[in-house]
Amino acid sequence: MAETATAEAPAKAASGGNILQVRNLEAWYGESHILHGINFDVNAGEVVTLLGRNGAGKTTTLKSIMGIIGKRTGSVKFNDQDITQTTSDKIARMGIAFCPEERGIFSSLDVRENLLLPPVVRPGGLPLEQIFDLFPNLKERLNSQGTKLSGGEQQMLAIARILRTGANFLMLDEPTEGLAPVIIQQIGHTIARLKKEGFTILLVEQNFRFASTVADRYYVVEHGKIIDGFANSELAANMDKLHTYLGV
Amino acid sequence: MQALYAQLLVGLINGSFYALLSLGLAVIFGMLNIINFAHGALYMMGAFVAYFLLNNDYLSIGYWPALIVAPIVVGIFGMILERTMLQWLTGLDHLYGLLLTFGIALIVQGVFQNYFGSSGLPYAIPDQLKGGMNLGFMFLPVYRGWVVIFSLVVCIATWFLIEKTRLGAYLRAATENPTLVRAFGVNVPRMITLTYGLGVGLAALAGVLSAPINQVRPLMGADLIIVVFAVVVIGGMGSIMGSIITGFALGVIEGLTKYFYPEASNTVVFVLMVLVLLVKPTGLTGRAA
Repeated sequence: MAETATAEAPAKAASGGNILQVRNLEAWYGESHILHGINFDVNAGEVVTLLGRNGAGKTTTLKSIMGIIGKRTGSVKFNDQDITQTTSDKIARMGIAFCPEERGIFSSLDVRENLLLPPVVRPGGLPLEQIFDLFPNLKERLNSQGTKLSGGEQQMLAIARILRTGANFLMLDEPTEGLAPVIIQQIGHTIARLKKEGFTILLVEQNFRFASTVADRYYVVEHGKIIDGFANSELAANMDKLHTYLGV
Repeated sequence: MQALYAQLLVGLINGSFYALLSLGLAVIFGMLNIINFAHGALYMMGAFVAYFLLNNDYLSIGYWPALIVAPIVVGIFGMILERTMLQWLTGLDHLYGLLLTFGIALIVQGVFQNYFGSSGLPYAIPDQLKGGMNLGFMFLPVYRGWVVIFSLVVCIATWFLIEKTRLGAYLRAATENPTLVRAFGVNVPRMITLTYGLGVGLAALAGVLSAPINQVRPLMGADLIIVVFAVVVIGGMGSIMGSIITGFALGVIEGLTKYFYPEASNTVVFVLMVLVLLVKPTGLTGRAA
């Protein structure tokens, strides 16, 4: 199964390499205009991180790509298909999976039901054994209520459940938020391993020390726009700028 | 003693209808966040569909097929209501859904009353369920025993579907967070329509079961639904097992009251409702809405 995922990624890369293309994306929450023209690309097999302060529009960008923000304009293309106005269930079926910041573990479902909830959208998802290999804690807690898990375990469950669906483009919204260093490390290893398996990952992070351990490229979001972008190799050179952007 | 058993049986039968109806209300409330006041009218439609099927010269479809056909016909009617009207109320206050479904109930009942008056139309007990059994301590009309057992089976099957299956897991998850379930690739709007159809189908099934006992009348649901809402308030909106158990239990309590203190038998459910609301406003098994 894992071979299929690995084989998919280079095939996508060959067709131009560009798996996600966002152009002039604007989005609104009710009356408030949140995104003011976002432009960026993600290539197949990459880990791309969106950095930025609270309220800059990082989460809204992910949600707009996923189709769960009511009003959006501009253009989002996934594998050359325009998905700007597509409904989120259809977007998911094209192979995009979303892990929300609040994790979204269902309290009326046990761990097993949570894990098996997202329907398989394409072949090539990770088999359960491999998921338990990545997150051994989950295997021991399959019968617990989903929300009885610790914060770290809930985060692992939230990532684990989108790995078996066959989606090969993952959007992870602040997966390390509020977690202990040892668990952050485990999530870092997981992301690195998923990358090796051929997954493409779009990450939102506040913690750029963590991001620097996994990301290939960065974009900086401010006031609903992408204001800068650079590769991981240029991180050191951009450190001062980054401190100003993030105000840390 | 005979009279006590007889009242217990009447209580169990009423409890069967309470359970089937409040179960449908709970399923609908959980998924659509709508207090479905049209439930009584749809229950009545179930009975009428069974009546039409039997008395139409071309069809003359009997009780057994009607148990399946009537819930499907009324369920489809419900799904059309959901697609054309109820879906636009998503995200609005409960009051809107309540008023809309109450209006629908009045229209449906008014139309049936216009054509069929207010008196009851007879619906015969199917041959296989005629007669009675002497249980030694009491005489049990077979049809009434059948209603109790069949309702119990349907209630438990519905509980199993929602609490123990994959489809039910989608339903429970979508009750909590429909946006996320949709973002996983599930067509949530279609699921909501089917859920409304399921809840309505349960009401129609109760209507068919009730036709041979209570006759078929345009206002049969209007009378019953008031008590059912009291049952739902006592049990707590949104809990599947809670609405089943409360439905049967309150039927039995009503029956016992008829035996021990008949004067209170019509009010006992409402007295309990007041007591429960005073002590636990979310109902015995309910979560805060």
